[in-house]
Amino acid sequence: MTENLTAICYLISAIFFILALKGLSHPESARNGNTMGIIAMIIAIVTTLFNPNVSSYKLIILGIILGGGLGTYIALKIEMTALPQLVAAFHSLVGLAAVFVAASAFSSPESYGIVDVNGDIFKSSLVEMSLGVAIGAITFTGSIIAFLKLQGLVSGAPTTFFAQHFINLLILISLVTLTVIFTLESSANTFWLIVALSLLLGVLLIIPIGGADMPVVVSMLNSYSGWAAAGIGFTLSNHLLIIVGSLVGASGAILSYIMCKGMNRSFISVILGGFGVEEGAAVDKNQNKTVKTGSADDAAFIMSNASNVIIVPGYGMAVAQAQHALREMCDILKKNDVTVKYAIHPVAGRMPGHMNVLLAEANVPYDEVFELDEINSEFSNTDAVFVIGANDITNPAAKTDKSSPIYGMPILDVENAGTVLFVKRSMASGYAGVDNELFFRDNTMMLFSDAKKMVEDIVKGMN
Amino acid sequence: MENIDPIINLLMIFILACIIGYYVIWGVTSALHSPLMAVTNAISSVIIVGAIIAAGPEEMNFSSIMGFLAIVLASVNIFGGFVVSHRMLSMFKKKDKKKNND
Repeated sequence: MTENLTAICYLISAIFFILALKGLSHPESARNGNTMGIIAMIIAIVTTLFNPNVSSYKLIILGIILGGGLGTYIALKIEMTALPQLVAAFHSLVGLAAVFVAASAFSSPESYGIVDVNGDIFKSSLVEMSLGVAIGAITFTGSIIAFLKLQGLVSGAPTTFFAQHFINLLILISLVTLTVIFTLESSANTFWLIVALSLLLGVLLIIPIGGADMPVVVSMLNSYSGWAAAGIGFTLSNHLLIIVGSLVGASGAILSYIMCKGMNRSFISVILGGFGVEEGAAVDKNQNKTVKTGSADDAAFIMSNASNVIIVPGYGMAVAQAQHALREMCDILKKNDVTVKYAIHPVAGRMPGHMNVLLAEANVPYDEVFELDEINSEFSNTDAVFVIGANDITNPAAKTDKSSPIYGMPILDVENAGTVLFVKRSMASGYAGVDNELFFRDNTMMLFSDAKKMVEDIVKGMN
Repeated sequence: MENIDPIINLLMIFILACIIGYYVIWGVTSALHSPLMAVTNAISSVIIVGAIIAAGPEEMNFSSIMGFLAIVLASVNIFGGFVVSHRMLSMFKKKDKKKNND
């Protein structure tokens, strides 16, 4: 295959990749989009198999079968509630793959045609190589930490350590210095030192970031995995890698931006970490106030007699796996001519769109599910709101209390509804460690229980 | 135009691709942000292209072993990412079409 033909095939593949992302603009076209992505990937792989440097297919086929089999198996077995950690784990693999490709390009650059007449690697390729390998390594370890936190294998609480920003800065400066040295001397030791330091930096960057900031972290790592691919694309002068890497990089960056906006926090402050406290921290400001608690039967009675109900799900619903029971409850309500809608806050859950997927899994039609901007004005005309496993995203302090850590965050105005039903396990504060004054209002009823059990009891109460 | 440094060409492609990415991604509905992550995760593994070239030569050496490992990792992502996003996307349904696979 001539170089021109290869380039044209890569161009076609790139177009299909763009169409794949374009397809996701609507749920109806999204399945086609996924197919486009698969076609694009097949074109890319097959084209590369015709590269003149590829003469033995043994390792390639073995690798694809091994990896493909494992990937398919995992993707078919995974529970939808475990999606955030799966995505984090997948990101780590892209990062590591980038490191491996960079290592192999460094050890036999002639396969990629990035050497001059003396057999030395181009200076520009060396710069790009160290960039690609550094981003890849940071993505790798950073994603592993994110995975461990999401899986609950390490505490989701922000872990701060002595002089962390200073140490991170020091590592960053060392990396820049090493990149310069590497470009001048192209020595293997420097290469591996860059890898080692970047691996360390990945850990240190993600360790201080707390659980509910994970939507930003997962998006950011998504972005990094794209930039790593683009960096490797620059190293190998491969146009397809650059294009696709940029698309993914842009995607992750935009998602991070949306998530930050959903929390009214700057990207920098999320990255610097240390925000939030471990869940369950007691806040004593409101200790003397009383809350109204209710039973499942009370909740069933209130919702059955309402003409419209809005459901506000949060991470707690995912933890309790309550989405199926919840849909069952809403089916009964709909049968009794109660209008049911779902309101999703941008940062509900642990990854962008997390709640939407869980509701879709429970067969909730997507046209009953609304975003914050679409539904926020409707709360004042709503008889009952059912908040399940969410807290901070409903806290009116975000609008009124300037001293609150969540001040300025856009919230769902559930307080305007006739009755607010809160399913919670205890009075513990939410992730941000702030008390929710909504709990003490007259029109609020607290339902203390595990989310799934409570919803099941309500279903029983309705029958 | 022939005297343009190849790096400038690459940079041009890079920046234009970022701009396309910017507009395409803003068009993605927020309900599909999770599938978007799964798909972008799968397609960023197009890095397999570089790995295939590394694992291609007849003789086994450090470079081809690195390439092989990268192929395995990227394949996990490609297959896993597309399959999991397919699973997610097939769950998104409109009204009236319920009780299909309950």
